[in-house]
Amino acid sequence: MKLLWLQSGGCGGCTLSWLGSEWGPLFATLADAGIEIVWHPSFSEASADESLDILESCADGRRDFDVLCIEGSLLRGPAGSGRFHVLAGTGRPMIEWVKLLASRARQVVAVGSCAAFGGITAGGVNPTDACGLQYDGTNPGGLLGAAFHTRGGLPVVNISGCPTHPDWVTETLLSLARDELGAADLDELSRPRFYTDALVHHGCARNEFYEFKASAEKNGDQGCLMEHLGCKGTQAHADCNLRPWNGGGSCTDGGYACIRCTEPGFEEPGHPFSITPKVAGIPIGLPLDMPKAWFVALAALSKSATPARVRQNAKTDHIVHWPRPARKP
Amino acid sequence: MSRIVVGPFNRVEGDLEVILDIADGRVREARVRSSLYRGFEQILQGKPPMDALVFVPRICGICSVSQSAAAARALAGAMGIKPPDNGRIAANLIHAVENVADHVTHFYLFFMPDFARDCYESQPWWHAASARFRAVTGAAAGDFLPARADWMRAMGLLAGKWPHTLTLQPGGSAHPLNASGRLRLLRVLRDFRRFLERATFGDALEAVAALASVDELAAWAERHAESDFGLFLRASRALNLRALGHAGVAYMSYGAYEQEGGRWWPAGVWAGGPALLDPARIAEDVSHAWYADAAEPLPPLRGSTLPVADKQAAYSWCKAPRLGGEVVETGALARQVIAGQPLARDMVARDGGGVEARVVARLLEVARLVPAMEAWAERLRPGEPFSTEGELPAEAESVGLVEAARGALGHWLTIRRGRIHNYQIIAPTTWNFSPRDSAGRPGALERALAGIPVGQDGKAPVAVQHVVRSFDPCMVCTVH
Repeated sequence: MKLLWLQSGGCGGCTLSWLGSEWGPLFATLADAGIEIVWHPSFSEASADESLDILESCADGRRDFDVLCIEGSLLRGPAGSGRFHVLAGTGRPMIEWVKLLASRARQVVAVGSCAAFGGITAGGVNPTDACGLQYDGTNPGGLLGAAFHTRGGLPVVNISGCPTHPDWVTETLLSLARDELGAADLDELSRPRFYTDALVHHGCARNEFYEFKASAEKNGDQGCLMEHLGCKGTQAHADCNLRPWNGGGSCTDGGYACIRCTEPGFEEPGHPFSITPKVAGIPIGLPLDMPKAWFVALAALSKSATPARVRQNAKTDHIVHWPRPARKP
Repeated sequence: MSRIVVGPFNRVEGDLEVILDIADGRVREARVRSSLYRGFEQILQGKPPMDALVFVPRICGICSVSQSAAAARALAGAMGIKPPDNGRIAANLIHAVENVADHVTHFYLFFMPDFARDCYESQPWWHAASARFRAVTGAAAGDFLPARADWMRAMGLLAGKWPHTLTLQPGGSAHPLNASGRLRLLRVLRDFRRFLERATFGDALEAVAALASVDELAAWAERHAESDFGLFLRASRALNLRALGHAGVAYMSYGAYEQEGGRWWPAGVWAGGPALLDPARIAEDVSHAWYADAAEPLPPLRGSTLPVADKQAAYSWCKAPRLGGEVVETGALARQVIAGQPLARDMVARDGGGVEARVVARLLEVARLVPAMEAWAERLRPGEPFSTEGELPAEAESVGLVEAARGALGHWLTIRRGRIHNYQIIAPTTWNFSPRDSAGRPGALERALAGIPVGQDGKAPVAVQHVVRSFDPCMVCTVH
């Protein structure tokens, strides 16, 4: 499987995250799966006119390639010209290159929330008219249009995340190379279900605090981050707390809220990222599929049942009460 | 006179085009074009100030923590708070993990593969370079990537993940390390030291850090020719890279790694001798950048970012920052020269600081940083606070100056009515790869490329690749 990778209106962080791949040397993993890198902006020897030759021959059909990976959002501005990113050495807007190459590719993969939905670059006033390959925020469309399907039959595969976990990228590519990624393996937003069938909440080390609504109030507190500090782990599709980051971490392990970075539109939550919006003291953003009345009732009940150990640990930065061994009967 | 357009330039983190005007077989003038604009400074306007901590790391996937650190510092300044000891040490560690990773990633993946190119086939060191450093397939990548992934476990421990952590806060670190986490951190540091001492240097880090002169480095290179650094020095000497790629401008550093009594590597300017840095003398010129013109170069606190894509005189999305009107170079070499590291000073005194000096300074920093990090980790006190709280005023002006791996990074923040009124960023490669200013003064890379001989085939010589990458450019930071 021949892989062509281009970057546009993003930070390159999905590639850098990918380089942190564990489970064996990354390039060997790809070689073992028969994945050959035709060109990648961070890895390839070919530069300048050498890389231009590669891109031109891929675009005009002289060179075969299978998978087109796009990292970074697609910049349509100013005024539809695409000139906020003219691919260096070519005088041609990147969005034109992407459209052309996408029409030639057997599969197209959006690496990261920028390429998938527009992402952080589409934040604020979206000065560059940034969008994703097949989505403009939550709206289908984007650069390639809602009806776009590749020669391989799939829509754009959206590996959302800001950044993506190394394994999300690797395992998507391995699945494609093995011809094991079909329409049924993608969710409603065309994300590979192997990581979006889970919620960030699943496996969160703060779960006991969540159960009792014993909440953190300031940086470093050990309690649940949902009630006060903006955490959206119960609403975000990703296995971040089941599949550790960088050896064993995650956002919630790192002491900060899940900002729902795998979801379209995460960049504009409508409130400060680290403050939970509430109405009458109740968080607006409730767990994804939980009836509000039940949530409120259970929260009230569990709060009143909170063990002193959990309540006190929630508001401190280290364990002050540990689970004591049971007394002998 | 003829013109060569070089691009897309890869292994530079982002997109870059270099335009070379050739006369008499040499580069007469170079113009450096940053070809991507995203508009973070516009995106941030009107946001709640603390949201900067979400947006700014996403300017750059390789300097992510540096961007967070600059924002945290600017916000802390506005709040008037300082992190407790643990918070200061944890922030230094998190930042150093990224900076070390960036240095070695640059060396192994971005810079060295150019020596494996077939154009060097006749060189006696080529077989070794090709086997070890060939892009993607070379043995070094198989060796280095797992070591790098293990190193990044320090980020999992200290900051949850990398890139794009929110652990760095104005008041310190949101993630207090417990005793077990601290022990694991020490194991990670030790493990990476083993990789460096085995593969990169073939020598103790302390021995490399103690190299004090160009002559000592030459003698060291003879004894450690088999190490990766030794292989670089062999190739560099054969190609005379110490004489290539001088910018001939002053060096500037904001200073790095906060200690109790100031920064470990101090802020300053070096123009043949030491000088004090006055950040108030920084201003950005937009005469050759695609932005609305200002009457004069503006200091960043009063700076503006209004893109004008069809501005005739412009050729880059990069502004031209100047210090007191002058071009400066920033990066590891600048930091070490200003910090007084004797080898860095000697390299600059004897050869003026070209391609080789920049690469040596980077690896010298790695050799200095990892032992320092081991000492810092020993000083963490699990159970004591890692963070303090503060309140943002509704009106404030504040500055966050830090050092990313590739040089001086500054954030200038203005808060009005509790919201971000203005947010201006000057990144390391904004300094190094700036276009001309209104006085026609070329940026540091534009100077460093002038005079390079081109090949018979009329194509850009591989020397251009070496010079550009010797700055360890980060183009996504440059324009942001």
